[in-house]
Amino acid sequence: MSALTFSLKRRTDQRVDMSPLVCQKLQDLDPSQIAAIELQNGKRRVRVDELFAISGWDTQDILIDGGFNKLDFIGKELDGGSITVHGDTGAYLAINMKSGSIKVTGNTDIYAGCEMKNGYLQIDGNAGDFLGGALPGNKQGMKGGTVLVKGNVGARAGDHMRRGQILIEGNAGDYCGSRMLAGTIAVMGDTGRFLGYAMRRGTLLLWNQPQLTATFNDCGSHTLAFLPLLFSSYKALNSRFADTNLAFNRVRRYGGDMAETGRGEVLVRI
Amino acid sequence: MIINGVTIDKTFAEAFPMKATRAIITAQNEKWALISAQAMTGFATSVIACGCEAGIERLLTPEETPDGRPGVSIMIFAMGAKGLAKQLETRAGQCVLTSPTSALFAGIESGKPIPLGKNLRYFGDGFQIAKKISGKRYWRVPVMDGEFLTEATTGMVEAVGGGNFLVLAESQPQALAACEAAIEEMRKIPNVIMPFPGGVVRSGSKVGSKYPALGASTNDAFCPTLKGVTKTDLSPEIESVMEIVIDGLTKEDIDKAMRVGIQAVCELGAANGVKRISAGNYGGKLGPFHFHLQEIMA
Repeated sequence: MSALTFSLKRRTDQRVDMSPLVCQKLQDLDPSQIAAIELQNGKRRVRVDELFAISGWDTQDILIDGGFNKLDFIGKELDGGSITVHGDTGAYLAINMKSGSIKVTGNTDIYAGCEMKNGYLQIDGNAGDFLGGALPGNKQGMKGGTVLVKGNVGARAGDHMRRGQILIEGNAGDYCGSRMLAGTIAVMGDTGRFLGYAMRRGTLLLWNQPQLTATFNDCGSHTLAFLPLLFSSYKALNSRFADTNLAFNRVRRYGGDMAETGRGEVLVRI
Repeated sequence: MIINGVTIDKTFAEAFPMKATRAIITAQNEKWALISAQAMTGFATSVIACGCEAGIERLLTPEETPDGRPGVSIMIFAMGAKGLAKQLETRAGQCVLTSPTSALFAGIESGKPIPLGKNLRYFGDGFQIAKKISGKRYWRVPVMDGEFLTEATTGMVEAVGGGNFLVLAESQPQALAACEAAIEEMRKIPNVIMPFPGGVVRSGSKVGSKYPALGASTNDAFCPTLKGVTKTDLSPEIESVMEIVIDGLTKEDIDKAMRVGIQAVCELGAANGVKRISAGNYGGKLGPFHFHLQEIMA
């Protein structure tokens, strides 16, 4: 196998900052240099080879085997190449990712896809709160790219989201699409309370009728021409979103949040 | 050269570099896609007075269009980039945006992007919504019949305009029948349009006029009623001349269209009154693209 593989030797008690292990930072390094990189582990700094057994050579195709929920910042600012994680990840997965792809077979903690700029992030399990959101105090969350979650997501998915799309096969927690500026969030499962809270623009595309707040107004039933284009763009995904039987172009449109500018929309399949 | 009794003149058509773009109009059904396309390509026979030359390239099946509805591919040609962009935008705004159930998409991905719906979005008065799908930017503009969906830009490419040939016949109905046969075949060729009404022009022009204000005037050498009073190019039996003008994305596209067109005319042959095929040029001094009839038909 040619993928540069980091196989976890032991689980640490403290969190690990994995941000140095991205394709663009490793591309000119030989195996001994990669092994000598120091990762922040709690208040300690540990060598990569202290935590991981290293094999393979392709720095543009990284595999992290044995991932668990304390490996933070995986794929931070990734700019090309691919990272696959077998197992779970900690917080801030793919934060500020610029391009390339990241796939996680397990679950992720909070702030996955946080302020992501472009690229593709696939999470086969569940994602925590603030998926594709903005860091506290920042005004813009995810700015481009695609996030696919096959499981459920926590609260505040797409908080302050500016562009791009978040596709959720399962359920979304409370405040999905809160303070959204633009972009698309599609949820096949159920959504929680305060959907689209304070959203300014953007689209929440739902398969099931949500519980809406009083600040979303019914705009009636419509056939929208852009939906077939949107669904056809999902055809290449390894996802239920690629299933043409689940696609639709007829929706109930709710405009809101009227407590904000009211230019956002919730589209519900009918 | 003589094909089926039709003389192919040893001359050439002279064409010019132009800028071109293509757009795809879709609608609920073919009827309304066609209505919109006809409106958008109306009054666009010649750059001399219309600002552009435009025409319907072909009908598109639902499988061929971005939104899976019946569609029409149209092409617009102009002398400059600025003029082309202006014509595209005003025509799209007045003829497609206004047309029931229509949607508008880019027909050329390459070349320089020029606004298609990029500025039409302002018609939405702030209610318009942008969507980036598969790397392309679309605008959803709320209109009274629902939503007008348009791609933000389309591509502008270098092209060739003014390819032509003349059909000389013994009568007006025979000249028209020959041109109709040619147009039917030429419409099957991609990347070309024949911008004149029905693809045929009966008022071919020469450069200049006795009136200083006019840059072009009737091509008296090919006017059958002037055979005796001007330096004519017509033999006594010719009673009608019609011209087919072709704009295409490349010289090869026009070559192909001229070949099938002339071939169709020649198939009718002298037995149906078609006597000669000629072409219009300016002595080869103005346009860099020369279409030699005998070479094309060789």
